[in-house]
Amino acid sequence: MENNTQELATVDQAVELGLLPEEFELIKEILGRTPNFTETSIYSVMWSEHCSYKNSIKWLKTLPKDGPHMLVKAGEENAGLVDIGEGMGCVFKIESHNHPSAIEPYQGAATGVGGINRDIFTMGARPIAQLNSLRFGEIDKDKTKWLVKGVVKGIGDYGNSFGVPIIGGEVFFDKCYNTNPLVNAFSAGILEGEMISATSSGPGNPVYIVGSATGKDGIAGAAFASKDITEESADDLPSVQVGDPFQEKLLLEATLELGKTDAVVGMQDMGAAGITCSSCEMSAAGGVGMDIDLSKVPTRQKNMKDWEILLSESQERMLVVIEKGKEKIVEDIFEKWDLHAEEIGVVTEGGTINYFMHGEKVASVPAESLVLGGGAPVYDREYSEPAYYQEFKKFDINSIEEPADLKEVAVSLLKNPNIASKRWVYEQYDSMVGTRTMTTNSPSDAGIANIKDTNRALAMTVDCNSRYVNADPEIGTQIAVSEAARNIVVSGGIPSAVTNCLNFGNPYNPECYWQFVGAIKGMSAACLKFGTPVTGGNVSFYNQTVMDGKEEPVFPTPTIGMIGVVEDKSKIMTLDFKSKGDLIFILGDSHDDISSSEYLVSYHGVNESPAPFFDLEKEFALQEIMKGLIDKQLVNAAHDCADGGLFITLMEMAMYNNLGFDIVTDAEIREDAFLFGEAQSRIVVGVNEDQEDDFIDFMFEQGVNYTLLGHVTKGKVCVDDDQFGFVNELKDIYDNALGQKLS
Amino acid sequence: MKFGVVTFPGSNCDQDMIYTLETSLGQQVERLWHKDTDLKGVDFVVLPGGFSYGDYLRSGAIAKYSPIMKEVIAHGQKGGYVMGICNGFQILCESPLLDGALLHNDTQKFICKNVFLRPKSRTAAISKGLEAGKAVKIPIAHGEGRFYAPEDMMKEIYQNDQVLFQYCDEEGNVNDRTNPNGSLDNIAGITNKGKNIFGMMPHPERAADANLGNTDGKLLFDSILNNI
Repeated sequence: MENNTQELATVDQAVELGLLPEEFELIKEILGRTPNFTETSIYSVMWSEHCSYKNSIKWLKTLPKDGPHMLVKAGEENAGLVDIGEGMGCVFKIESHNHPSAIEPYQGAATGVGGINRDIFTMGARPIAQLNSLRFGEIDKDKTKWLVKGVVKGIGDYGNSFGVPIIGGEVFFDKCYNTNPLVNAFSAGILEGEMISATSSGPGNPVYIVGSATGKDGIAGAAFASKDITEESADDLPSVQVGDPFQEKLLLEATLELGKTDAVVGMQDMGAAGITCSSCEMSAAGGVGMDIDLSKVPTRQKNMKDWEILLSESQERMLVVIEKGKEKIVEDIFEKWDLHAEEIGVVTEGGTINYFMHGEKVASVPAESLVLGGGAPVYDREYSEPAYYQEFKKFDINSIEEPADLKEVAVSLLKNPNIASKRWVYEQYDSMVGTRTMTTNSPSDAGIANIKDTNRALAMTVDCNSRYVNADPEIGTQIAVSEAARNIVVSGGIPSAVTNCLNFGNPYNPECYWQFVGAIKGMSAACLKFGTPVTGGNVSFYNQTVMDGKEEPVFPTPTIGMIGVVEDKSKIMTLDFKSKGDLIFILGDSHDDISSSEYLVSYHGVNESPAPFFDLEKEFALQEIMKGLIDKQLVNAAHDCADGGLFITLMEMAMYNNLGFDIVTDAEIREDAFLFGEAQSRIVVGVNEDQEDDFIDFMFEQGVNYTLLGHVTKGKVCVDDDQFGFVNELKDIYDNALGQKLS
Repeated sequence: MKFGVVTFPGSNCDQDMIYTLETSLGQQVERLWHKDTDLKGVDFVVLPGGFSYGDYLRSGAIAKYSPIMKEVIAHGQKGGYVMGICNGFQILCESPLLDGALLHNDTQKFICKNVFLRPKSRTAAISKGLEAGKAVKIPIAHGEGRFYAPEDMMKEIYQNDQVLFQYCDEEGNVNDRTNPNGSLDNIAGITNKGKNIFGMMPHPERAADANLGNTDGKLLFDSILNNI
């Protein structure tokens, strides 16, 4: 694109940059003149879906945002901040990097890790743990294997070098993700001192760019992320950023050192839309303007154009506003860490941002007009219920014949890539750096990070069964929130707050938008019930491919990231059976339900069924009782029933210590549904024989059903006196299935 | 005894090591910066894990040119104690205070997991306090940890009792199945002839806090403290 950037833009150029014709008109109205090419570029990225949330914000505003622990309002800063006690805050967020990962999995995933961690430390918090939620297409496809290997290596290489452990996550395979994988990265940090706000203020204060030099990588990545993936997407390769974890590590240390001084007024990391977005958002937040000299920005190439510098998404950079007179403090710290710190501008009064290049003004825009909550467009999208929704509900379990050999089903599930051990993935991640990971040697449903020198720990999880959400967006999303809360509670934590990553198709498609609206409604209901406000996150639309003129979206995937506080580390609950002879109970109700289960889909090949049984009130009651059991120390293991059903839950509890189990099923329920159904709100617990009476006394007074299933064995796996094998041979299948598939 | 932990740009286990030495072991620790030109009177220098200088050329290859390394090398050559963990071990092999080299894992993948180590040298302070033949559980986390040395060098390493640890199973058996990265003879750590310089890929500092459910790493530090 060779343009004289000072020439007035045309509507065709605006459309080519991703704006709608009516949006171009709106810009002219705001400015009272026709924008030039550079200005049009600025609006095109700031008003892209990725930066403006123009098609989602109306509904996002309905999510519950208030809670007793909230320290900043949802969406106001780069990430959420909640009080976790003892004078500390937890900064946490989840973000997608789907589009870049679809065409360049290694760098796409790596820079996703970099971006989410910058969101945490730009607020002055040190990241202490990461999770990620990954979704890929059919595992037997070569393209899927290439994507899995690239994404996992990208996440590993970046995170391992940066030095923040990955302590949990999820990996899911389904053909709906064949073209559009989802890469959602979560990070949590601890804030011990003052928060650094992404707000500029004080006209006359200098503006610095710190960190890496600016290159031509990732130009207009935000606009790219706001489009479908097509065969031509590979042409957008320059839209993918390139990560440098070493620079990020230096930037982390320098930033936190700077945060301890009194020199910083405000700071924002440069992610989507680079200098443009950080300067506009910081200025709009503080009601001020800026004069920025782009020719002072350190660049990697010579002769970069003004708009290239403005829109570059080169990684590992921050925009910092410094209190005038304290420039030396910044320069010394960045000198110490061998990083750039260049003064590129000054805060001004009045709210206008002027960008200069070699003394010439190249763009002049009102900051407020560009940002979410200001002048960025807000759209009310129509939505309509797709026909499949009612069709799925017609599913009848009686149409499925119960297999004669349930052992064979069990083995097929153990090696199913959605259920089998994810060891092949997580062993490539440093899960222990920082010496805080408490779940390395004692596994729990949630990842747990020690908060050193306190009695507390931080529990965290990412969850979403997108198949359930596809079947029923509202119920499916309630289940996603509930599962996250259940994972925290079962680990001994108290759910605190949520961050979400909303991965959907085209918002202009009413049926896709119906899924989005349903998901938001479900999330609201469940988050209110559990008292876990939504602190922020991100929305990723256009996760779809157009094939033969038909839109093929991914399953609606509202990934829930949740944190919880463990107040007493000695009461962390683990999921592994402890010893032979321990009693096994299931809490909650069993149902004749195999809807949307991995069993129904993978074994019977039936994709059309509703979400599994779920009742929010029952779920809440179950979790309250679980908290009581842990607090009174009446159980010695606890694990929720999730993908693969009860049998897989029992196997996961047994395999860790090479133990087995001997259980009886319920005569009133189909055996396949009992073992492999995924009806929600069930938890399996291990109880020491000596505590059986106390356990029963406690449960007797609660309004939740509980059933004795059997006992832990030395290694034999037995269901209704039928031998399913020995734990070591089953474990071998479970442990190695994924690696074998990928090799 | 006064410890000194060096922070290179890209070190990411420096704080873990400091925490372990100070909090779990009650030792005095001096923080050393890679640009420092003196060791501030420490007796025992630790080069921690991480990705010094991004490990961009070859692990440890650039770090050896840091100003502090001149002092560390002089300290080691005079018989002063130096320990390198993971990236620190790679730096020691590059410098070269220790023999051999650390190549890419034979799996060509980064590996992070618990492994078992069998102490071998009965003359080095870091291993001689451990029960002979008894495995200790210590995690590894590296992409370039495959120990290699040419045959004549290996002969000397064995003659001088320089092998500190070998990868083994829970029962202490050393074989191919217990070798996580293709290291020659399952070697996880070595020392120099003078037994004052220790290098190992596994991270004992990640197994020295009861909160993390494994304190086997403390046995190595205790051995150092009891035998120096």
